[in-house]
Amino acid sequence: MENNDKLVIGGHEFNSRFILGSGKYSLSLIKAAVENAGAEIITLAVRRANTKEHENILDHIPEGVTLLPNTSGARNAEEAVRIARLARELGCGDFVKIEIMRDTKYLLPDNAETIKATEILANEGFIVMPYMYPDLNTARDLVNAGAASVMPLASPIGSNKGLATRDFIQILIDEIDLPIIVDAGIGRPSQACEAMEMGAAAVMSNTALATAGDLPMMADAFRKAIEAGRQAYLSGLGRVLVRGASPSDTLTGFLRD
Amino acid sequence: MVKLNGEQRELSGKSVDELLNENGYDPKRVAVELNLEIVPKSQYSTTVLKDGDSVEVVSFVGGG
Repeated sequence: MENNDKLVIGGHEFNSRFILGSGKYSLSLIKAAVENAGAEIITLAVRRANTKEHENILDHIPEGVTLLPNTSGARNAEEAVRIARLARELGCGDFVKIEIMRDTKYLLPDNAETIKATEILANEGFIVMPYMYPDLNTARDLVNAGAASVMPLASPIGSNKGLATRDFIQILIDEIDLPIIVDAGIGRPSQACEAMEMGAAAVMSNTALATAGDLPMMADAFRKAIEAGRQAYLSGLGRVLVRGASPSDTLTGFLRD
Repeated sequence: MVKLNGEQRELSGKSVDELLNENGYDPKRVAVELNLEIVPKSQYSTTVLKDGDSVEVVSFVGGG
């Protein structure tokens, strides 16, 4: 991959387009996951603290990786803002992924509350990366609220079901002038690759790795798929014929009249 | 009584610094919220808890 193809979020440049989650797997696998994924951004959650005899996740994350705390657990904008402020106080930068859920069955994000939280946190100097249900009007409101990227879901969180919202994510990619990062539901490298071929700026994945048979190997597979999809997008995909066929070989010069 | 991470505790009169040290928290790895307001690290030793206060002590964990 050419190294002038940077992912830019809130003025920060990244070479990797694979944002890695750190949930639901052993802390001892984080280093291998980050290295095999080639990830430069890793998500974290904020929870009531353990005492210091417990291991701390920060000791397992390689130096130089950007931390992206999420606001999971927040049920409205107010709670998301509280969690974001606590995350920043933990001293690991200004990035925050807003995640607000009212619904506990499908874990769908609350777009209206997400817009409110984005505006408050962007005004406080956060680099705000809102997780959202792929809706163009919401995405435009998030842009106006000061978001640094938009993170539409591919299918419900943790489902590994892939690009159920494909056509609506494509609309965001085509219409929104911010990095569109496909988050949630990407279950296989082929699905990550497809999202990148569509023009997504990056893919975020957690459960696909956490539930894989060999997590570090799957991280490697995702890295390759995301790079392949990016290259395909940059190269420009070949056209699709609606009807008929087109020979791959020249039809002249046969050994007959 | 002071509520610490949802639990009622006898912590009135203690500073945030004392609370963290006596309860085994690593001050470098936590953030503290007192009655919904962040307590900056520089104020841990001067912030004293009183009856009815509610304190949250949080840190990073794995998440997606």
